[in-house]
Amino acid sequence: MGRTITLLGLESSCDDTAAAVVRDGPGGPATLSSVVRGQAALHAGFGGVVPELAARAHAEVLDHCVEAALEEAGVALADVDGIAVTAGPGLIGGVLSGVMCAKGLAAATGLPLIGVNHLAGHALTPRLTDGLAFPYLMLLVSGGHCQLLTVEAHDRFRRLGGTIDDAPGEAFDKGARLLGLPQPGGPAIEAAAQGGDAERFAFPRPLLDRPDCDLSFSGLKTALLRARDALVAGQGGLTGRDQADLAASFQAAIRDVLAEKTRRAIRVYLETNPPRPALAVAGGVAANGPIRAALTALCAEAGVAFVAPPPALCTDNAAMIAWAGLERLRAGQTDDMTLAARPRWPLDETADAMLGSGRRGAKA
Amino acid sequence: MSESLTLNLPDEAATRDLAARLAGAARPGDVLLLSGPVGAGKTAFARAFIRARLRSPGTEVPSPTFTLVQTYDDGKAEIWHADLYRLSHPDEALELGLGDAFETAICLVEWPDRLGSLAPEDALHLHLSADADGVHRVRVAPGARWAPLIGPEAA
Repeated sequence: MGRTITLLGLESSCDDTAAAVVRDGPGGPATLSSVVRGQAALHAGFGGVVPELAARAHAEVLDHCVEAALEEAGVALADVDGIAVTAGPGLIGGVLSGVMCAKGLAAATGLPLIGVNHLAGHALTPRLTDGLAFPYLMLLVSGGHCQLLTVEAHDRFRRLGGTIDDAPGEAFDKGARLLGLPQPGGPAIEAAAQGGDAERFAFPRPLLDRPDCDLSFSGLKTALLRARDALVAGQGGLTGRDQADLAASFQAAIRDVLAEKTRRAIRVYLETNPPRPALAVAGGVAANGPIRAALTALCAEAGVAFVAPPPALCTDNAAMIAWAGLERLRAGQTDDMTLAARPRWPLDETADAMLGSGRRGAKA
Repeated sequence: MSESLTLNLPDEAATRDLAARLAGAARPGDVLLLSGPVGAGKTAFARAFIRARLRSPGTEVPSPTFTLVQTYDDGKAEIWHADLYRLSHPDEALELGLGDAFETAICLVEWPDRLGSLAPEDALHLHLSADADGVHRVRVAPGARWAPLIGPEAA
């Protein structure tokens, strides 16, 4: 495992601002602190999560997060071996303020600066929490992302597929809006679906007719809208029963698409004969009960370990950035003051080029 | 702004055709404002427009609802695809850099009501809707710059 390394991580690429301290040593990795200043609670009244856009506000919050993370971890900056920061992808203002803050800290302390891809942070988290060995299969499902990839090394990812339109978290949010349910939509739909009849509405399972691992959720949203409008037109409104049945049918469609595409990805992944096969999930959608149950069953069937890091490390946080930075530092990869913010930064930079041939939009 | 007209978009191909026609004529500094309820086809229109500009029908065009802005570059122009649903104040659109982008890029903006008075005067307004039977419609307020492109197709 090598010498003990302690890293400070900074994350400000999305809605949340976060800082964390992670240490790796002979006893394995440990998260010493993980501070997240989210906007969700502040803005719950808006019926959605309102992002913090002002880079200045991010920077102010970031300073406090760093202080709190160091204090909670019981370490001083002098005890830290490097500063890791999300350099993309994400909103330019947020990413820039994180990168500037990290550069300031690195310049003041002389510590190495390490730029981290936000998605790599998510994808490497199972190594921090469960010590997973490469290569493992990763399903990343959150508000803005949905992709299946094999994690072959800390800096090598192979994209097997992803959403061609909406991410499932977004589908849940918009589905909830259509059904008059609160935000965030995932938990609201899961609760409303309890006791609902998932068979009552035959919603489409987009792209299952294609053999690949790509997913689509946009047409599902349109199908939900039509079913709702048909009920409203026919009977003047929605009963509680209707709402529960619509929610249950909608959730079942998302679950089925995710499960089937993951099943195909497992097949592709197992062809590489991984010595310790595992599927890891990250992102808020992985907390959905029925989706989690379907994925667990899939893995049991395929003889693949199922790993889901604790929710606090599945959603946006800085511990994952510190950890991904630690893996880079161990490999001798650091950045200098030319580190730039990258709003667009795919994990598998070879995958973009493969997309051109013969693809079509969602059918449903 | 001249009088508005309504076009039927009976299927995805019709949406793609309209988007491709507008994409072919768009130039830096053009702003398309896409309004309409959830499920009306705003993102589908933007996706078709961007794919037409990039001449790449398979390019991934993810929804910008969560990320707020996705940018593309077709070699001639930068294309901004923004979803302002989650914004609460027009100032936040400026924080996103939209003010500058309106001048220099081709911008597709979903939920443009969030822009308030920041909406450019010569923007092309497209209001999308969908019937229970699945037929999508778009109400267009073209303005002088766009009228010649839209007119002949009026329903």
